[in-house]
Amino acid sequence: QKVSVEVLDHLEHLALVDFRDSEGVERLQKAIQFADQLHEVNTDGVEPMDSVLEDRCLYLREDDVTEGNCTKEVLENAREKVEEYFVAPPGNIPLPKLEEQDTFLQGS
Amino acid sequence: AALKGGLRSQVSAALKEGRVTPTELCQRCLALIKSTKFLNAYITVAEETALKQAEESEERYKRGQPLGILDGIPVAVKDNFNTAGIETTCASNMLKGYISPYNATVVQKLLDQGAVLLGKTNLDEFAMGSGSTDGVFGPVRNPWSYSKQYKEKSVPKPYSEDEESNWVITGGSSGGSAAAVSSFTCFAALGSDTGGSTRNPAAHCGVVGLKPTYGLISRHGLIPLVNSMDVPGILTRCVDDAAVLLGSLAGHDPKDSTTIQDDFQPFELPNLTDVSKLSIGIPKEYHAPGLSSEILALWSKAADLFRNAGANVVEVSLPHTRYSIVCYHVLCTAEVASNMARFDGLEYGHRSDRKESTESMYAATRREGFNDVVRGRILSGNYFLLKQNYEKYFVKALKVRRLIADDFVKVFRSGVDILLTPTTLSDAAPYMEFIREDNRTRSAQDDILTQAANMAGLPAINVPTALSERGLPVGLQFIGRSFQEKQLLTVAKWFEKQVQFPVIQLEEVKRHDSNVFQHQKSASFS
Repeated sequence: QKVSVEVLDHLEHLALVDFRDSEGVERLQKAIQFADQLHEVNTDGVEPMDSVLEDRCLYLREDDVTEGNCTKEVLENAREKVEEYFVAPPGNIPLPKLEEQDTFLQGS
Repeated sequence: AALKGGLRSQVSAALKEGRVTPTELCQRCLALIKSTKFLNAYITVAEETALKQAEESEERYKRGQPLGILDGIPVAVKDNFNTAGIETTCASNMLKGYISPYNATVVQKLLDQGAVLLGKTNLDEFAMGSGSTDGVFGPVRNPWSYSKQYKEKSVPKPYSEDEESNWVITGGSSGGSAAAVSSFTCFAALGSDTGGSTRNPAAHCGVVGLKPTYGLISRHGLIPLVNSMDVPGILTRCVDDAAVLLGSLAGHDPKDSTTIQDDFQPFELPNLTDVSKLSIGIPKEYHAPGLSSEILALWSKAADLFRNAGANVVEVSLPHTRYSIVCYHVLCTAEVASNMARFDGLEYGHRSDRKESTESMYAATRREGFNDVVRGRILSGNYFLLKQNYEKYFVKALKVRRLIADDFVKVFRSGVDILLTPTTLSDAAPYMEFIREDNRTRSAQDDILTQAANMAGLPAINVPTALSERGLPVGLQFIGRSFQEKQLLTVAKWFEKQVQFPVIQLEEVKRHDSNVFQHQKSASFS
């Protein structure tokens, strides 16, 4: 079963990364095929394992401030900033829908 | 010479006695880095800061107050660890020009003990790959490509072919670190290991590669790939040195809540003479399709070695082994999809010039910054995490993960102390051959023997064993019980002593060897 163009488009929106060409889509198809082998394994009654350290208690430290005041360091690697703010282009503008795009997927 | 000695037994002693100074060691390594530049093992060489660190170390030795065994020792760090004031790129356009504002905990620990940080080593982009061929700074070349041992076994080409195209890969993704240690440009290097990324290049480059138990060494500052499997890896020229590094890096870190809180005691490795109380397990499923007959024979020979020395060697079964790589594929891409979401161009790293909207800027930044491999894994991961796929793939993989981990528990519970397996399916492939298959296929093939240890969080180590018929290194892997590094390394050290793996004969290294240290050449570190 090939992945539909709608799902491919949805993935590009979710990931904010593009397939770029047919090779990229083929890569996903092969990845899914590869992953399908998992279904050969009988996992009835098996609990999912999130962490190999599941039998231990997570470390919680005291809620005390131990570091901070590093605005300069935090901002240092940002390309666009104003005073103590990171500057972003306007938000709340969704990416164009599939029909409006001029990308690889539109042509497929 | 001094470059070839073990840390505890020789180099440290030489420094304390003043037979060699930290500055000399540092300069020696820097010069060797320059003359082995064609290996492309280093992305950044921090010459100025390294020399400064060496000078400070020298002062301490003069006062008779070295900080420890690592004081003055030149080390290298894989370029996916944050290093304050030094560029950290992960071999990606996404982080070109990114100067870390802080040191990863493991880096800080090394510096606190006086180690001299020579530079950042090359890798596959964002540690995704098994060849160290897919980074933006180009592939790393295996130093053994230029060794006397490999050259004498190379079939001379009928037509005048550039010797250049014959070179073999280092394996990956910590190929730069492995090449750096293998070519004597540093005494130890940090790598990372998520699916075998430290052990695989260690095997191909003929060095010791240790993957510690998950939770033993802090991941704070290691740019994450798979949070539930990543560990910092240790690459050295002998097992004793790996124990020294482990001793200085292990332990709870309040900044990494996945580090265990148990007290860690650094240890010196005993010289094991009696292996009769040892039970070595040989997992039959590790006789994987594609395993070269050479490595199979070596593995068998190693089992005999233990048997003849009195150890109890038994065949065991880890039935879910062949699903480990599939499981890894799903869990890795899923965690990658999440971890790579932080790269949006806003706070650090590459930023696209697109300004119409935040989303279009993010999308363009990521399109420009990531290579095919990274983008491919992000998209696959997002697919497996879609609502309609979540149970079918992601949760299913988590269940299979438990089955894989349980396989090991059962075997260790049955009385087996250590597992002995091959590390790789064959010796290092020539670059031209390696790149004929795509990254995902290669990773799936090459990680098969190393991946399960990451799935179960167990400690594992590659010990260089012998040279292949092509004159290239082949290593074998030992897998131990959780947090039983001392036992694992003790056995590995015994094995290392038995096999006496040959020293690489590199023209560049010979030229740098000073006659002053001739008398140290005969001292072996076993």
